[in-house]
Amino acid sequence: MTPAQQYIAFQTIVVREIRRFTRIWVQTLVPPVITMTLYFVIFGKLIGSRIGDMGGYGYMEFVVPGLIMMSVITNSYSNVVSSFYGAKFANNIEELLVSPTPNWIILAGFIIGGVARGLMVGLLVTLVSLFFTDLQIYSIPITALVVFLTAVLFSIGGLINAIYANSFDDISIVPTFILTPLTYLGGVFYSISLLPPFWATVSQANPVLYMVNTFRYGVLGHSDIDVGYAIAMIVLGVIAGGAFALYQLTYSPRLRN
Amino acid sequence: MKALEIHDLKKTYTNGLEALKGISLSVEEGEFVALLGPNGAGKSTTISILCSLVQKTAGKVSICGYDIDTDFPLAKQQLGIVPQEFNFNSFEKVEDILVTQAGYYGVPAGIARKRAEQYMEQLGLLDKRNTVARMLSGGMKRRLMIARALVHEPRILVLDEPTAGVDIELRRSMWQFLKDKNAQGTTIILTTHYLEEAEALCKRVAIIDKGNLVADMNTRDLLKRLQIETFVLDLATPLPADFSLPGYEAQAIDSTTLEVTLDKQKQQTANELFADLSAKNIVVQSLRNKANRLEELFVRILAGKEESTL
Repeated sequence: MTPAQQYIAFQTIVVREIRRFTRIWVQTLVPPVITMTLYFVIFGKLIGSRIGDMGGYGYMEFVVPGLIMMSVITNSYSNVVSSFYGAKFANNIEELLVSPTPNWIILAGFIIGGVARGLMVGLLVTLVSLFFTDLQIYSIPITALVVFLTAVLFSIGGLINAIYANSFDDISIVPTFILTPLTYLGGVFYSISLLPPFWATVSQANPVLYMVNTFRYGVLGHSDIDVGYAIAMIVLGVIAGGAFALYQLTYSPRLRN
Repeated sequence: MKALEIHDLKKTYTNGLEALKGISLSVEEGEFVALLGPNGAGKSTTISILCSLVQKTAGKVSICGYDIDTDFPLAKQQLGIVPQEFNFNSFEKVEDILVTQAGYYGVPAGIARKRAEQYMEQLGLLDKRNTVARMLSGGMKRRLMIARALVHEPRILVLDEPTAGVDIELRRSMWQFLKDKNAQGTTIILTTHYLEEAEALCKRVAIIDKGNLVADMNTRDLLKRLQIETFVLDLATPLPADFSLPGYEAQAIDSTTLEVTLDKQKQQTANELFADLSAKNIVVQSLRNKANRLEELFVRILAGKEESTL
């Protein structure tokens, strides 16, 4: 394929992915907005008003960046895992596999599809958050970079999960038993400075902590961890995860016998 | 130019099943070839290797001169595949499925839409362009699969049982479409269980059995090799009670229906049969082949009663 043809193939995958999640917007875009609104009301407003400051900020201010990031993480992941596994289950992934589209274009197309949903939900949640707090962005470049890289990383995770999955149960195991605990324990609702030293150290093994804190730094200018180090770790995760996903797309017997 | 060149193709699955044991097959550009064989013979494995869904164990395959080991993207570009099972996204609209598939082959959206419209029209799907695929009838879904395989204008079209479960009228309209497409220069490779279909459409037949190619020749020449042929005769009057037909393998199905097998090795001809029946005052009103001739040959080759053509 010429580069122009590769671009058309990439564009086709992205458009199809966006068409898929916007066609079922009631299932994909509305629920996270409602869930996050409830978080804002319950944790931010009702309970948060009794908690007081967190990391030098009002609790609502502190929790909003974490909740935005949480919605980006879960939606970019679930978009790719459900789209790719659904295509694998119904065999229509074969449409792509028999075509001359290179595997790296397939990977990039699904990632950008996941990023698009993650960012769209993140934007909607951000707009809802404006009803509860005045959101000032401390650093637009860092905020944009970290939210994009995080969406990319979790889209890759979703793709790997979908390749390995043999049933619809398998695509809910990772979000339920791994992603949700990591997110809840990743500093969305609290600062790790509140934890005893041992658990604060353990928390540093949680990759979501780096993403939430770097995003919070971009929004508030406050982070529990070193921002440069966190961005480097996310980039490393994207490179390693992307390489592994590409290898699986090319050689996995779950896709080609 | 060779549209397809397969040399000593082997496939052993991880469970030890030897699906292909060294098949060699060559198809010229513009040919219409039937690939026949019983279930599990290796037809679908061969097709899956061509389109990269199965990786070969050994052998060489080139498509329109492009080796699948070194030029797979270019080889794939020449190929349109119609699989046996419906494998489109059943929640997408017909037109979107076609335009999306063209996009995977790098066809710009404007051209893809025109081609999609052209094939929807030719295959009677134009009024369903905005219908979600799962709402289509079985026959329409089959036609959608053919349109999808053609939307990037491949030089070779491979169809894996395209008319399975399709009614006769629609099957014949699909045959005509495929004949026209072949006449326009598209090489067609067809697997089917309807041997009448293979006989009507394909100028050449290749038969695979247990992972080996057991026959490969011009359909007409292949049919000439059929040593026996069984006819069903409808008689004008009932057979006498003491009826017998010495020298022939004959069986009365009922009083006015007679089944006779002619054996070319015994120099038996239909003319002689009619003469012998006339001598016994038996009037034949009409006759038909008991089975499709290709079907009879196919069964005999697989049973080892007919010599391999290789």
